[in-house]
Amino acid sequence: MSVEFDARQHVLVPKHEILSKEKAREVLERYKISPHQLPLIMSSDPVVKAIGAKPGDILQVSRNSPTAGRAIVYRYVIEE
Amino acid sequence: MVGVSPDTIKAEAHKLEEIVPESVIKKLDGSLLRVGRERAITREELSEIIEGIKQAYANAMVEPGEAVGTMAAQSIGEPGTQMTLRTFHYAGVAELNVTLGLPRLIEIIDARRAPSAALMTIYLKKKYAQSKGKARTFAQKIEMTSVEDVVLQTETDLINIVFVLTFDRSRMQRRELTPSKVASTIKGALKADALIDGNKLRIKPTTQSLSELRRLATKVRALPLHGVKGINRVVVKMEGDEYVVYTEGSNFSEILTLPEVDWTRTATNNIHEIEAVLGVEAARNAIINEAVKTLDEQGLDVDVRHIMLVADMMTTLGTMKQVGRHGVSGEKASVLARASFEITTKHLFDACVHGESDRLNGIIENIIAGQPIPLGTGSVELAMRREGEGGRK
Repeated sequence: MSVEFDARQHVLVPKHEILSKEKAREVLERYKISPHQLPLIMSSDPVVKAIGAKPGDILQVSRNSPTAGRAIVYRYVIEE
Repeated sequence: MVGVSPDTIKAEAHKLEEIVPESVIKKLDGSLLRVGRERAITREELSEIIEGIKQAYANAMVEPGEAVGTMAAQSIGEPGTQMTLRTFHYAGVAELNVTLGLPRLIEIIDARRAPSAALMTIYLKKKYAQSKGKARTFAQKIEMTSVEDVVLQTETDLINIVFVLTFDRSRMQRRELTPSKVASTIKGALKADALIDGNKLRIKPTTQSLSELRRLATKVRALPLHGVKGINRVVVKMEGDEYVVYTEGSNFSEILTLPEVDWTRTATNNIHEIEAVLGVEAARNAIINEAVKTLDEQGLDVDVRHIMLVADMMTTLGTMKQVGRHGVSGEKASVLARASFEITTKHLFDACVHGESDRLNGIIENIIAGQPIPLGTGSVELAMRREGEGGRK
């Protein structure tokens, strides 16, 4: 007897969202960087699989930060 | 003079959202509203306060070019020298062995495959968390039990070539096992015949040789009867208003799929397991939580920001990397930076073989080259556009 669990709902996992093409471009322009300069995340990551992101997508991660309350960071999905 | 209404205060405070993080606004909201309820703050005072906060926040920010990594290293390293090197067999939950202090901190930072004392904290769903009996039954269910755990004694009968187990009745009962159940498990898992003889079990190998019997004996002793692989000892403890199950040994992925478990909160101290099951972001949080817990236990007060920076560095590449030769330091882009850390000749030799070049962008490279380093004021350079290249006359 086993239950399916959803990694996204665990307390340790912050919210991951896929950015739209325009939003992603905005982010890169704001920081004047190329996608590979962002922190990376593997396409095999359980959360990436759960939200259905593909290599090349940029994810927006809304972390619960002990200092800032909520901190937004971005991760670039790469192939393993 | 009449002060501003609480609503205006709220609206004004929220205008700061672009500049100041959420936590600051929340704090500001709370303290301003406490005073502002009686309309004690005038409009001028409010804008003065808000201006002051903007200023204070800007002053508190780390300046561009600040050596945050060096600061983090020193801020974690210095308290580290004061940590006890001894590992005590105690932490919160008595009876469970927990690695503490410097050894644990090193384990976290080195991203070891398995912690020397794996520990899981299993939260249960409401139905099970409220009753001690149900929590106990669950604990009993996941605890790994091998044949060795339920027998009183074992004999190797060399004349008849049989291996005889004598069961411990009370231990069998507690685990809801019967000799026939054990016999069928043994028959199913090993090439042997098992005969029940009252409270004894006589196990006969299929090939009648002494070496085969010896081999069988060790296999039978270690044969798992029930439980989750890797969960060695289980302790049930009341915490707050619910029963929580602590386990020695860890098997995160299997425990999470059990129907009794509240998988939204259940955790393990094996960060690699967290990474595999919940992803890098969860691993980052786990590194921070574990490091803070370890430092707190020793009464050391290290700012979380330093630990957060370390956790960020360890997880930026998408997988967890240790801080050291096989991770953060060993994978730097610059040859000279890598060579100056450890195994100098190997790095220089490999760089020669592969024809690598060093752009001298980092700190270490420039120290080696005897140039000003790109840090603090050194990170600024003067660039000039000459006339005719888009510059003004």
